[in-house]
Amino acid sequence: METIRLHKGLDLHLKGEAQKKVLQTLVPEVVSVKPSDFRNMVPKLLVAEGDAVKAGQLLFQDKKRPQIGFSSPVSGKVKAIVRGEKRKLLAVEIAADKETQYVQFEPLAISKASRQEIQKVLLESGLWAGIIQRPYGIIANPEDTPKAIVISAFNSAPLAADVNFTMKNEADAIQIAVDALAKFTSGKVYVNLNAENGSGSPLNLLRNVEKTMFKGPHPAGNVGVQINHLCPIGKGEIVWTVQPHILAAMGKLLSKGICDVTRLVAVTGPRAVNPGYVKCVPGVAVKDLKAIAGAVDTEDIYGQPTGVRYVSGNPLNGENVGEDGSLGFYDDSVTFLAEGNYREIFGWAKIFRPKKFSMSKSYFSWLCPKKQYKADTNVNGGERAFIVSDVYGKVLPMDIYPVYLLKAILAEDIEKMEQFGIYEVIGEDFALCEYVDPSKIEIQKIIDKGIDLMLKEMA
Amino acid sequence: MNWILKTIDKMKPTFSKGGKLGWLHSTFDAFETFAAVPATTTSGRVHIKDAVDIKRVMIVVVMALMPAFCFGMWNTGDQHSLAFGLQWGFWMKVWYGFYRILPLILVSYIVGLGIEFAVAQVRGHEVNEGYLVTGFIIPLIMPIDVPLWVLGLAVAFAVIFGKEIFGGTGMNIWNPALLARAFVFFAYPSTITGDSVWVGGLGKHADQVIDGFSGATPLAQVADGVAGAPDFLQMFIGNIPGSVGETSTIAILLGAIVLIWTGVASWKIMVSCVAGALAVGFLANGLAEPGTFAAYPAVKHLVMGGFAFGAVFMATDPVSSAQTETGKWIYGFLIGAMCVILRLFNPGYREGMMLAILLMNTMAPLIDWCVVRKNIRRREKRAVAK
Repeated sequence: METIRLHKGLDLHLKGEAQKKVLQTLVPEVVSVKPSDFRNMVPKLLVAEGDAVKAGQLLFQDKKRPQIGFSSPVSGKVKAIVRGEKRKLLAVEIAADKETQYVQFEPLAISKASRQEIQKVLLESGLWAGIIQRPYGIIANPEDTPKAIVISAFNSAPLAADVNFTMKNEADAIQIAVDALAKFTSGKVYVNLNAENGSGSPLNLLRNVEKTMFKGPHPAGNVGVQINHLCPIGKGEIVWTVQPHILAAMGKLLSKGICDVTRLVAVTGPRAVNPGYVKCVPGVAVKDLKAIAGAVDTEDIYGQPTGVRYVSGNPLNGENVGEDGSLGFYDDSVTFLAEGNYREIFGWAKIFRPKKFSMSKSYFSWLCPKKQYKADTNVNGGERAFIVSDVYGKVLPMDIYPVYLLKAILAEDIEKMEQFGIYEVIGEDFALCEYVDPSKIEIQKIIDKGIDLMLKEMA
Repeated sequence: MNWILKTIDKMKPTFSKGGKLGWLHSTFDAFETFAAVPATTTSGRVHIKDAVDIKRVMIVVVMALMPAFCFGMWNTGDQHSLAFGLQWGFWMKVWYGFYRILPLILVSYIVGLGIEFAVAQVRGHEVNEGYLVTGFIIPLIMPIDVPLWVLGLAVAFAVIFGKEIFGGTGMNIWNPALLARAFVFFAYPSTITGDSVWVGGLGKHADQVIDGFSGATPLAQVADGVAGAPDFLQMFIGNIPGSVGETSTIAILLGAIVLIWTGVASWKIMVSCVAGALAVGFLANGLAEPGTFAAYPAVKHLVMGGFAFGAVFMATDPVSSAQTETGKWIYGFLIGAMCVILRLFNPGYREGMMLAILLMNTMAPLIDWCVVRKNIRRREKRAVAK
């Protein structure tokens, strides 16, 4: 097995890492399915308030690509259709049954099943949405044949769920899904393992795939970084990616005929008193997860009272869903952070600032490299123009000039964006660039803007 | 310390939009964020951020300048007492230096920050921290006797035409501090050239100078073939005539250590800059006839004139230098090389560092363009090969 070493990047050590135990199986009362989880999608509603739905039944579909639908993770009754400004569909809320009823699909024998049969089940069950294409990080087109399918078997982001733990018993299901997806690509299915502990990974047991070890700090586990090293994407090329927990659900769907997206979710963060794993479906209320983790509103690092930020995802790539929010479709972790809405007198001029981490050696956090920090949401400064030029490249292990790409996006120069690699990146790949940026530029938003521009241009 | 926050909170309504002094809100904001890191929280998908900000980066550079600044204060007094045959002690020299440099710093900051604040106010921007460093560097690269009005004009020129018309810190093409020096050099050459400007009071009180004291910088002495130029060690330590903060290579090296260790300035530029100077220097040594300036030991170029200060503090300006890592090697090397070439072949003005850096500032985007072009080509080929 080949090992690819990455030297650029940064491992953040934060308080509140999930202990490797399952705290509880959460049976939710209400589950909400949000169209905003799906990039570049305009929803068309398929159910009405009061309708009874089963798990795996479609709730809405994409107006632009009607064959792609989005299903309910539970059975129950549609409790509310939540709409925002201009009647924009925000969420479909479902009052969940105690015992989940599944839509029964035809189980398939993968070795004999055709691409069309597999595709049909995935589309009808709503699990197709789990296949993400690069470029752009949007849901894959069923008509496309990607040049490769790439699966990252580990998540290197701080406080992210440990795939070795969450997928411990899912190797068989994932094997089925991988064999099924192999029929969609003209190339290989890549599975990328963590060089530190990949040999013990349940995904290391997979057959009929090309396995590669990745060694290095975060973002080594980001699938975008891995693609850049394995099968870089040029103009007109497409690569598909699927997360392990979605593969597991696909495997179950294809072998048993039910769409069960229950997963182990890491409940983490400096605010979680009892961080661990919870078995639940996407769409459960983060409030319920917070109760299990024992997180409470207390004080910030300087002793002032402050609230909790509810993040569906990890601190570097997650959505601020708020107190009434729910777990996103793609997420297998939630993070409870302290809001950092405090002022720090001459904070920038202090010689020592032991409660804050910095990659820069102008602070002294390099003296204790293993210390875990109670990171909060303070920006730690004001937004400026791009000034320091070499900081971004230090945390981006891709063959890309980050500032040039970002400036091309700001200038809305499509040709330059193509040349500088817009096809190979999505926001999460630039998360560390944004984290370390002394100019405090919202880099992920710029990348998102670039992708939106490309999508508009290509449409 | 809470009284600071309380005072800010009390004053804030007056300076906010709609308040009595609402038109000054950028200025107020600058002081507010200077006194306390603001309570802003993240709004995107990245929820946590590194502790470092631009203020921190800038204060590190100011700290790194301190050794050169402190030595410059003492040296100003030392040169003055040497020139006039005064028997001054250590503190008297430092006091004289302080008394002479303080007005330069005040003028630099008042004029420069004044313009920065005004422009930020007009544009409704936050005030950039960049001038904290620029304003400190400018007095250090001027002769001690530079008239204050000339300095003020130079600062205004540098800030307006070097920075603001491009959009402020981060957008400028040339190093603003060097632009100020270039302005003085081209507009008021008599205040920054010759043998009488580098030692405090030398121009005004030429009649009281003791016999045999020339006031010429070592670079001028060597270039003109005058005997009695200081040896390597003296130039390395820096008790020689010259611009305020540029004379002491050892003090500058202390700053370089801070900059490299904290990663604020690029070591690649510094190293390649030295390499470029040595390359041209050794080449000249090899070809030159003995006794000419070209035969002057290449290593000594590193401790003369503005080379060290330029290589450490000005060539490495992250905004006006090359942006790509490969580009930095080329950029630095060419600065060093160009500096020595100018010294050897430009008898009109021997100090090549200023012009070398400004020239390469101009060329930096071209260097980057070539480097980035190569990257684009490689990526295109990669697609074809598959």
